[in-house]
Formats: sequence, structure tokens, C-alpha cells
Amino acid sequence: MSQPRLPVDPDVELRVPDQRRELARAPWATLGAISAGGTLGALARYGLATAFPHGPGGFPWATFWTNVSGCLVIGVLMVVVTEAVRPHPLLRPFLGVGVLGGFTTFSTAMVDVHQAVRDGASGTALAYLAATLLTALAAVWTGVRLTRALTPSTTVSRTAPRDRAPGGVGASASEGDVR
Amino acid sequence: MTLLLVALGAAVGAPVRYLTDRAVQARHDSVFPWGTFAVNVLGCLLLGFLVALPADGGLMALAGTGFCGALTTYSTFGYETVRLAETGARPAAVLNVVASIGAGLGAAWTGMVLAQALL
Repeated sequence: MSQPRLPVDPDVELRVPDQRRELARAPWATLGAISAGGTLGALARYGLATAFPHGPGGFPWATFWTNVSGCLVIGVLMVVVTEAVRPHPLLRPFLGVGVLGGFTTFSTAMVDVHQAVRDGASGTALAYLAATLLTALAAVWTGVRLTRALTPSTTVSRTAPRDRAPGGVGASASEGDVR
Repeated sequence: MTLLLVALGAAVGAPVRYLTDRAVQARHDSVFPWGTFAVNVLGCLLLGFLVALPADGGLMALAGTGFCGALTTYSTFGYETVRLAETGARPAAVLNVVASIGAGLGAAWTGMVLAQALL
């Protein structure tokens, strides 16, 4: 916890002035965008889970790929909205909090583990737990790095000297530069 | 009908995650993402409870797939962990993984046991 001022939470970070104010400024638009996005994301997740069901003790591939792909996209999205462009104020609530938050699921990932154990597939349970975690974290990292590499460097260096630099993303966000 | 129930549950679950996250963040000043941790653990408890109830497709679509699915999030958890790690807060990143998965599994198990005990 050496740098306590860095924004970390992509859903909402109260240290970022615009995000702290967004609920008071546009409560219904913000909550409506999150709700609409969450609905779309959840329906997509349900569609995948229905199309690719797993049997008792089977590897839950649908949830695995849902969580991994959602993690890849959030890495891309957060670099775009915090480092590259000044997005519409409802873009992060709709896509990040809503669509991706509604698409990915932590609760199913955990309950799937218990159900695999219950069905006598402890090895599958452990493999699923570890594979989801490691692949999802690698997906976020890949999304962040790829997007930074592809983002015009002038824009990025203006708004976000990155990674540990004293004026990095967190510092500029605290100063209200990041929309 | 199932689609409508999933949609309804998610339409509530996603904004509840956002509002809970804000409420938790407003009460502490730590870099650790307690808000996301809280919604994920709560969602695991509730989904664990639901899966241990006698099968009810409608309830599971509304409260499980819809509400719990949208209340909890792997993308936010994953992004926070990577963000903590790349900004030098590696102990917090490791703690986030261990605590979220440990508490998530424990909460899901507790929910299942609660449902079995109450029925």
C-alpha cells in the first residue's frame, strides 16, 4: 500500500473528482446506464452459459471464457477511458460498471468450484479455480499493455505518465485530469 | 420468461454493486478495493444459498443468474489486482486475490450450509 492515492477500482473511484460527482450530477442517467449495461452483459453471459452447458463435474468453460474475455476488455476499456481519450461521462458507467460487470461473475466462479467438488471432481474444481484466476489476470494485463502500445503516444504521455512515475495515472486522476 | 427474469435481476444487481462500492469507499481511505470485495463476497453468500435450495428455475434466473451475476464481477476484481500490482502495491494485489477467493469460497459454502440448515 505504498501509493495510497492511486485509483484502482474501475467501477467507481471516489478519489477521482468527476467520478465522485457523477451520481449527484446525473443520478438517473448514471444508474440507468449501469442498469442497462448490466442487463445486456448478464443476458450475454446467460446466452453463453445456455449455449455451452457443462455436465456434473465438468469444466465450466462458458463461465471461464466469459470471465476471461470480460477481463481482457476491461483492460482495454480502462486504458482508453483513463489514459487515451476524454470519453462521454456515461461510457465508463455503461460499459465498465454495467456491461462488463454484468457479463463477468465472481459468484458463479466460486459456486462452480463447490459444485465440482460436490460432484466428485476435486481436480477439475482446483484447475478451474486456478485457471480462471491466472488467465483472467493475464487477460487484464494483456488488454492494458496492448492498448497502451496502440494508443497514440502524444495523448498518453500528456495525460498519463505511467507506472510508478510521480505524476502517473493516479496522481493526474486525483488532480481531476481524468474524465 | 427466463430471459426477462435474468434481465430484471441484472438491472437491479449492477446498480446495487455501484452504490455499495461507493458507500464502502466513502467509509475508508485505503487503496485496497474493499467495495468490490464486499459485493463479491455478499454475492457468493447469496448464490451459495440459492443453489442449495430446491430447484426453482425462475428464482435462480432472477436472483442467481441475474442479480448475483451482475452484483459480482470478475472483471473489476481482475483489473484492480493488476492495477495494484503494477503500481507497486504488490502485497495489496496478493492480499486481494487471497482474500477475495478465500472469502468468496467461504461465503458460498456458508450460504449452502445455511440453506440446508434452514430447510
